[in-house]
Amino acid sequence: MAKSQVSMTVNGKPADGLVEPRTLLIHFLREQLNLTGPHIGCDTSHCGACTVDLDGKSVKSCTMFAVQANGADIRTIEGMAAADGTLHVLQEAFREMHGLQCGFCTPGMIVRAYRLLEENKNPSEEEIRFGISGNLCRCTGYQNIVKAIQYAAAKINGVPFEEAAE
Amino acid sequence: MIPGSFAYHRPTSIGEAISLLADLGEEARPLAGGHSLIPMMKLRLAAPEHLVDLAGIPDLKGIRADGSDVVVGAMTTQHEIVASELLASKIPLLRETSLVIADPQVRYVGTLGGNVANGDPGNDMPAVMMCLGASYQVVGNSGERSISARDFYQGTYLTALRPGEILTNVRIPIPVAGHGFAYEKLKRKVGDYATAAAAVLLTMSGGTVTACSIGLTNVAGTPLWAEEAANVLTGSTLDAATVKRALTAAEAITSPASDGRGPAHYRTKMAGVMLARALASAKARAH
Repeated sequence: MAKSQVSMTVNGKPADGLVEPRTLLIHFLREQLNLTGPHIGCDTSHCGACTVDLDGKSVKSCTMFAVQANGADIRTIEGMAAADGTLHVLQEAFREMHGLQCGFCTPGMIVRAYRLLEENKNPSEEEIRFGISGNLCRCTGYQNIVKAIQYAAAKINGVPFEEAAE
Repeated sequence: MIPGSFAYHRPTSIGEAISLLADLGEEARPLAGGHSLIPMMKLRLAAPEHLVDLAGIPDLKGIRADGSDVVVGAMTTQHEIVASELLASKIPLLRETSLVIADPQVRYVGTLGGNVANGDPGNDMPAVMMCLGASYQVVGNSGERSISARDFYQGTYLTALRPGEILTNVRIPIPVAGHGFAYEKLKRKVGDYATAAAAVLLTMSGGTVTACSIGLTNVAGTPLWAEEAANVLTGSTLDAATVKRALTAAEAITSPASDGRGPAHYRTKMAGVMLARALASAKARAH
C-alpha cells in the first residue's frame, strides 16, 4: 500500500514521516519518532497506557491511525517537563505522593491528568476518579494517583495541599 | 495488533464522500470516530480495502436548535454532547447517556453518528433515539432520506442504511418542558457494554402519566422500543401494580444472549430492574 506523508507538531516540534495508512499513531510515535513514553498496554483501547494529548483532547493512540492525526498538535509524556529538565507539576506530584509503583501506566495517567486539570482546575476526588476512569493501573495504586492529582491541583491553584483523612 | 492494509481517503464535503463510497463500492467503509471499527480492524474481524474518513467534513459537525427539534451532526463527539448547554437544557437524557458510554478518552473521539449507525446492539444511543422518537437523515448517490430510529434497526449490525449511504445528522424532537427522563445502565465496569439498560421519557400532569416512551439496550439483537410497556403506564399514577405489569411487558420483548454479562434470564430480569429504576428517577424529575 502506498505510503502517505504526515506532518504534525509533537511536543512543540514539527514531526514528519512516511506511514502506511494502517500505521497506528502509537506505532508512529514509538517506532518512527522514538517516543517510547506512551506505552502499548492492552492494545484494545481499554487501559489508557497509550494516552496522548491531541488538539486539546486525551486520546488513546492505539485506536487512531497516524494519518488521522495529520496536522494535529500532540503532547506526550516526553513533552511534560521543561526544556531545562524541571519536572511538570504533575510529574513532581506523582513523585511526591508515590503515584507510581511499576510505572507502566504513569505516562498515560499524567498526560490524562494534565487535560483533566486544564478543563477543571479544582476537581473533587469523585471528579478525578471519573476523569481517569479510562486509565488502568494494574498495581492498583489509584489512591496515591488520586492524591498526586489533588497535590498538583493545589499547587496550580496556589493553595496548600491538604491530605484527606483516611 | 496491526490491521490489514487499506487506502485512506479524506473527503472535505458530503458530496465528495458519497461519490467516493459509490466509486469504491462494497470494499469501502466510512470512518467516524473509529472506536468500534478500528478495534475490529486490529482483530482482523473487519478488513475494508478503503476507509473514507468523515472527520474533514464540517457539515457533519455541530449541535443546533431547529424549530421544535435539535439537530446533531453525525460527527459530533460524545464529549461535545456532554458539554452542550443546548442539550443539557432541552434534552438532558442525551448527556446522561453519553456520560455512561465508554471512558473519557473514547468520548473525546467517539461520535453520535458512529454509535447509532453501526448497528451494534451494545451501543447505548440507539435505544435512547428510539425512546426520543428521533430520525436519521441519510444521504447517498440516489438522494437524501429520513429514517425513523424506530424503523432503523433490523438485526445485529444490520440497519436500514443502504450501501453507499452515510448518516449526516440526527434530528430529535425536543420533549415538552418539565418532562422526566432517565437512562439507567447496568455494567460490569467502566467502558463495558450494558448487561441491560433502559431509557425513559415521561410526561406527568397532576400525578398522572400523560405520555411515556421506553427504550431498552443490549437485551436483544437490536435495540428495543418497548411500546406496550409504555402504553400500560400511560394514564396511570405509576402505582406499584401498574409498574409491575409494565415491567412484565418490557421483559417479555427481550431475547438477550447468554454471555460474559450473564445468562439470558438474568439479563431479562435486569432489563426490568433498570426500567423500574429509570421510571422512579424520571418520575422524580418530572414536574
